[in-house]
Amino acid sequence: MLLLTCPYCGVDAEETELHAGGEAHLKRFGPGASDEDFTAYLFHRENPKGVHFERWRHANGCGKWFHAARCTNTLEVFGTYKAQTTEPPKDLLDTIRAKRPGFRWRDLA
Amino acid sequence: MSTRLPTQGRLINRDRDVAFTFNGTRLTGHDGDTLASALLANGQTLMGRSFKYHRPRGVVASGSEEPNALVNLGEGDTLEPNQRATTTEIFHGLKATSQNHWPSLDYDIGAVNTLLARFLPAGFYYKMFIHPRPFWKYVYEPFIRKSAGLGKAPAAEARDPDRYEHFYAFTDVLVIGGGVAGLQAALSAAQSGAKVLLLEQTPHWGGRTPVDGGTIDGKDAETWIAETVAALDAMPNVTLRSRTVGAGVYDHGYVLGYERLTDHAPEDRGPRHRLWRIRAAQVITATGAIERPLSFAGNDIPGVMLAAAMRDYVVNYAINPGDRTVIVTNNDDAYRTAIALHEAGLKVPAILDARPNGGGALMEEAKALGLTVKTGAAIAKVKGHKAVHSVLVTQQDSDGSETTEIFCDAVAMSGGWSPVVHLWSHCGGKLTWDATQAAFRPDHDKAPTSHDGQPFVIPAGSADGEMNLSAILQNAAKAGQTAATRTGADKSSDAAPTAEAPDEAPLAPVWMMPANAPLKLRAKAWLDYQNDVKVSDVQLAAQEGFESVEHTKRYTTLGMATDQGKLSNINGLATLANALGEDIPQVGTTTFRPPYTPISMGAIAGEARGDIFQPIRKTPMHDWHDANGAHWEPVGHWRRPYAFPRKGESVKDAVNREVLATRNSLGLLDASTLGKIIVKGPDAGRFLDMLYTNMMSTLKPGNCRYGLMCTENGFLADDGVVARIDEDTFLCHTTTGGADRIHAHMEEWLQTEWWDWKVWTVNATEQFAQVAVVGPNARNLLEKLGGMDVSKDALGFMEWKDGDLAGVPARVYRISFSGELSYEIAVPANLGRAFWDKLLEAGKEWDITPYGTEALHIMRAEKGFIMIGDETDGTVIPQDLGLDWAISKKKDDYIGKRAQARSHMTDPDRWKLVGLETLDGSVLKDGAYAIAGGTNANGQTNTEGRVTSTYYSPTLQKGIAMGLVLNGPDRMGEVITFTDGGDDTKTARIVSPVFYDPDGEKQNV
Ligand SMILES: [Zn+2]
Repeated sequence: MLLLTCPYCGVDAEETELHAGGEAHLKRFGPGASDEDFTAYLFHRENPKGVHFERWRHANGCGKWFHAARCTNTLEVFGTYKAQTTEPPKDLLDTIRAKRPGFRWRDLA
Repeated sequence: MSTRLPTQGRLINRDRDVAFTFNGTRLTGHDGDTLASALLANGQTLMGRSFKYHRPRGVVASGSEEPNALVNLGEGDTLEPNQRATTTEIFHGLKATSQNHWPSLDYDIGAVNTLLARFLPAGFYYKMFIHPRPFWKYVYEPFIRKSAGLGKAPAAEARDPDRYEHFYAFTDVLVIGGGVAGLQAALSAAQSGAKVLLLEQTPHWGGRTPVDGGTIDGKDAETWIAETVAALDAMPNVTLRSRTVGAGVYDHGYVLGYERLTDHAPEDRGPRHRLWRIRAAQVITATGAIERPLSFAGNDIPGVMLAAAMRDYVVNYAINPGDRTVIVTNNDDAYRTAIALHEAGLKVPAILDARPNGGGALMEEAKALGLTVKTGAAIAKVKGHKAVHSVLVTQQDSDGSETTEIFCDAVAMSGGWSPVVHLWSHCGGKLTWDATQAAFRPDHDKAPTSHDGQPFVIPAGSADGEMNLSAILQNAAKAGQTAATRTGADKSSDAAPTAEAPDEAPLAPVWMMPANAPLKLRAKAWLDYQNDVKVSDVQLAAQEGFESVEHTKRYTTLGMATDQGKLSNINGLATLANALGEDIPQVGTTTFRPPYTPISMGAIAGEARGDIFQPIRKTPMHDWHDANGAHWEPVGHWRRPYAFPRKGESVKDAVNREVLATRNSLGLLDASTLGKIIVKGPDAGRFLDMLYTNMMSTLKPGNCRYGLMCTENGFLADDGVVARIDEDTFLCHTTTGGADRIHAHMEEWLQTEWWDWKVWTVNATEQFAQVAVVGPNARNLLEKLGGMDVSKDALGFMEWKDGDLAGVPARVYRISFSGELSYEIAVPANLGRAFWDKLLEAGKEWDITPYGTEALHIMRAEKGFIMIGDETDGTVIPQDLGLDWAISKKKDDYIGKRAQARSHMTDPDRWKLVGLETLDGSVLKDGAYAIAGGTNANGQTNTEGRVTSTYYSPTLQKGIAMGLVLNGPDRMGEVITFTDGGDDTKTARIVSPVFYDPDGEKQNV
């Protein structure tokens, strides 16, 4: 049962307090988008054994959505950050690169 | 036959007798006995029957690893199957019965299976039960059901009378296992300054060291243990819990503990079991090691025991397991059993040591006592059926054809020791093969890691593969200090105590005894006692191509019984590896999964049962409903009145009465459960335009609009009336079950997609009581109450107004879900009941009738209004329901718009909503399918529609229904055929879904 720190209220929240929201940093495609783009947006997801960026909501807490960078294999949590961004913060990426040289996730490296 | 020895027994109190029954026979044990030791003391070596062949079985182990001695405990409401006799402490009045036999333990018809063993090989179920298919229902399934499971399930009407609870604990260092390693690890961690929690699954501290002997710091082990427990108990940073098993290790230091508080003393007050939900920064697994059986023919006959278990019964419980015991071993430890038996005055006719050169110091000690040791020796076969009669002795390096017979009534076997690596492995700890000890041990370089990427589990003592007392204590002290340091503790701990125990010679791996045993011996050599898996079964599986250990496990059921293969695992792996010609580490282990030992369902449920299984949400009028005969219906976490049957009236009659009373005069509905979400801010209109399929930003303050919400997949998710309160504020009604979900849906989009939009949402559902006043006399009633103008001109259809009604501040919406003249009135929740009472009082002259959800449903169906959850099921889009009028053509975007343009969504052959009228006026079955001609590729009847809502309409006095039908709206008047359960069918005509007042004259007056 994971422990993630909510970047809004600062609580070390247990998984029972959280609602999992799948992959982070999806770019929404709406009317006018090609079938390929829309299908990828709606259905195609990363499934890495390693570094992953996920959405979580502190549902039984402050109610805020946030992002977590986490290793799906070792369960190491590299950091959590607020959801109001389209990409992971640079200092977090630097931390991950130092710990996991050569990691890749979508177009991030 | 086993008996009680006149002396010894360190855990029993001979001054206190305890009476209990086994299969109805009254027996007596002593305080401190386990059920297993008490049964042995009474000569009851036969304790159960095996699962597949119903072979007679006795106890083989002395702890939680026991596979055979499983019993039903208690009776009636307290009946519990599959309880291990070895871990059950006896108490006055305990009632146990043996399992898996008929008619009795001694004479079991099912034992005929053992004669059929040749026909019940590995994978028998898979091979036997495939064809012919029609046999499944009447032959195979009943057979499998009858054979499945060991114990007796409690009766369906039984209710567990005991209490259970959850307990949350937080600690720096959690030590699992209270043997000498666990005690030392806890002491070192505590001396270092860490907060320590120490769990032990048995009632006793010190593990098996008091039985095995050796000295610690010059004291006998028992003294050192008592002093160490006292020292730990006195430390303020240490908590000790016995009778508590560390059941599972999970992510980020989460650990489940299972404490059995009153199993041994059912008269005691308080909860029976407690589930510990522990968060530990560091976990030390001092879980010991488990002895392995040896694989020889007849190794399951009652009287054949693990050598260390037999030693436990002699030393701890003063059991004489048999007058003549043959020892068979591949290591030195079993010599301790020979010595213990000899010291208890019992005969040991021979020690059969499979190693060509025998053992070390312990062998010399046994020889010095005059015991006979045969090296390079093996058991070819144990003779006997319900008890051991003799053993046939042969050379280990042989095919067992040349034997000599030794008469005996017990056999003690030891195939070496396997560290208990389960808890290390639960959360990802990897193992390494130790060829010297022929065992898997924790690989320290591949420990489970926590949130910081650092290791959080440390194995200690024999669980780490250390088998010598001194090495165990050194290892444990280091584990304790390391764990404490990792949590930031900065004090140093005392050095590990010195210990003295005999050096042991290395074991010789023995996976089959004798090494070249022919099939007839291998087919009687058991690996998994509980599931009856033999050496020959695993070899057959390998022959048939099951190379993966995980597949072999499932095919043979090796290790899949309630003991999860604690005894059989390594022997099974080794047998498979040999059969495949591979090394054991290449074959690998199966996955270790929690819980380590079974835990009760009661403990998992904790307090969440009965009335507090989940909270029930109640409207302000709930008590009135309850007092006035409400027939309740669960809706989400709410309870809503389904109808209000009067004395002597059926629920069905009440529903019909409520519909007619409302249509003809005046009805009253508690609509408080409807979701009410306030959406406010300069961008609120823009936001709702994205959320709803229709345009909300153009709604004028004071007006209402019915809206639809879809998921990004395009499917209809919720509906409801939106009221614009002012320029910046909207109030969105949702379905009863949808309020929390829709509020979360709004927040998700606001927080993660349009976070720069200035919008604030509040779920105000419970702030208001809401009442629908419905029927031709609705306006008369409100005018009688007085306080505001509710005339047609002042408050038109789909308008709302704030005001006062009978002195109660009210927001009145002129909306209708029934087709009648209708007002929905929201008042502050605390005034809801008072307002309800005023309406009832003032409405008497019009025979005001409270109605429930079923009347609500019928009236909406008569009007052709859809219901989320009936007309929708997660695959239906608004266009399927003829709701195109509620989908804005002007908007560039809304959630679900792009999805609704996908090819499958625009397919003209999607089933669409129509009304349905049976030709004979009867009621269609809910969910019934419309049958089309012919069959599909799978030979199934083709369908062309299905019923989504169906009712008897008291207004129209006939059955009415809605359904989704292929090209339905284009087929008005056509008659189609529906299934009606079984082979019956029913014909119905396709009509408009609006059955009642199609022009809307009633609601718009
Ligand atoms: Zn929070």
